[in-house]
Amino acid sequence: MKPRSDYEHSWWRRLVRFVDGETLADVEKREEEAGENDAQSQKLADTMAEQLFEQEEKYDRADRKRRLEMEHEKEAMALYDKYKNWPKEHGVKIFGRLYAVMAVVLCVIIITTLLVTVSYLPEFGHADNPNNNEVVERYNEKALEETGATNIVAGMILDYRAFDTLGESHVLFIAAVCVMILLRLDITKGKNPTDTKRLEEENDRLYEPKNDKILQLSARILVPIIILFGIYVILNGHLSPGGGFSGGAIIGAGLILYLNAFGFEKASRIMNRKNYAVISVVPLLFYALAKGYSFFTGANHLESGIPKGTPGAILSGGLILPLNICVGVVVACTMYHFYTLFRKGGM
Amino acid sequence: MMEWLRFSVVALFLTASLGMAVISVAGVFKFKFILNRMHAAAICDSFALLLGMIGTAVAYGFSFATIKVLLIVPLIWVASPVSGHLIARLEVTTDKHLSEECEVQDEWK
Repeated sequence: MKPRSDYEHSWWRRLVRFVDGETLADVEKREEEAGENDAQSQKLADTMAEQLFEQEEKYDRADRKRRLEMEHEKEAMALYDKYKNWPKEHGVKIFGRLYAVMAVVLCVIIITTLLVTVSYLPEFGHADNPNNNEVVERYNEKALEETGATNIVAGMILDYRAFDTLGESHVLFIAAVCVMILLRLDITKGKNPTDTKRLEEENDRLYEPKNDKILQLSARILVPIIILFGIYVILNGHLSPGGGFSGGAIIGAGLILYLNAFGFEKASRIMNRKNYAVISVVPLLFYALAKGYSFFTGANHLESGIPKGTPGAILSGGLILPLNICVGVVVACTMYHFYTLFRKGGM
Repeated sequence: MMEWLRFSVVALFLTASLGMAVISVAGVFKFKFILNRMHAAAICDSFALLLGMIGTAVAYGFSFATIKVLLIVPLIWVASPVSGHLIARLEVTTDKHLSEECEVQDEWK
């Protein structure tokens, strides 16, 4: 509480001064000192107030921030509550409808594109078609005579274009080797029997239909037929539709069926890694050597000495039959090997 | 007369085959439980296939190719139920709520 400005001149103050024996000058002097003190204290108070104010401000700011956050949170929670069940109630329905519409649109687009493309193709069987050139003429007229195969397609892929087929067989072999590099797991066998990855993979086999009597009986009936049929397709490759690739795929499927029915232990009596290496490398080598020889003699106009045989007989077509067998063996082994690698990581 | 007889036989077989296929597809989409759907799908695999094969065999006359085609039927009749059996077995092995859908023997519970 501040005193009045004329407090020193008031009659009570004058009386007190008179009683105390002071003069006005003394009082003024004292007041000046007090003023200095006052100024100092004022300064102190000011700084303190400033500090306080700053603190308060800081506190205020933090408080406001927290309150804002809480409000945001509350709003978010309200939004969440509002839309919590939205996907279940509406989202799935909307997505389903959108999916159906988009599927139809996509199908229509694809079908239209294909139909438009087809309409630009030349008419089937027309004489002026671009595919009706001297190559086809040559194949049609001379293939039987030059290759000895009644199935002209087999004559093409295994005689005229045999190097292409050799490359395809090697592609299969290389693919099998690459998959083996990536997926093979049984390399650790013996070294570290507690290898967790291998154990997990072997555990995975627990879920297979183990010793299923029905499957085993049907496999006992079907596997010989399937493999016989595959052999028939391979051996008749130069006489009827078929050949090494399709027959090899059939044999591979039969082997996989056998493996599924009777398990790895029995299947690996024949198809282990050593046998696989032999029976996939030897045909490829034979193929390369035989075809290299025949192309060498053919390019130099020499007699190759390979008998053509009478067209239509099973032993005819020169090299086509053995090459079909080679391709078939490679394809069958590769299919089986792929399956075992993906399934277990080794044969 | 013989042509008409043959045509009517072919038409009968092929129509029956198509009908079976339609029933099978409808069943696959109607039922929700896998074992029911498998039963429906098996109709297409077995009966519709046989009827269709017989119909086409009659239509094109009997030849060596006919025997080959008809050989497919017993092979599929062996293979299809076995694959169905394996799928059903997998379902029984993995489905925890099997008893809600059908009767279950005690050993599979």
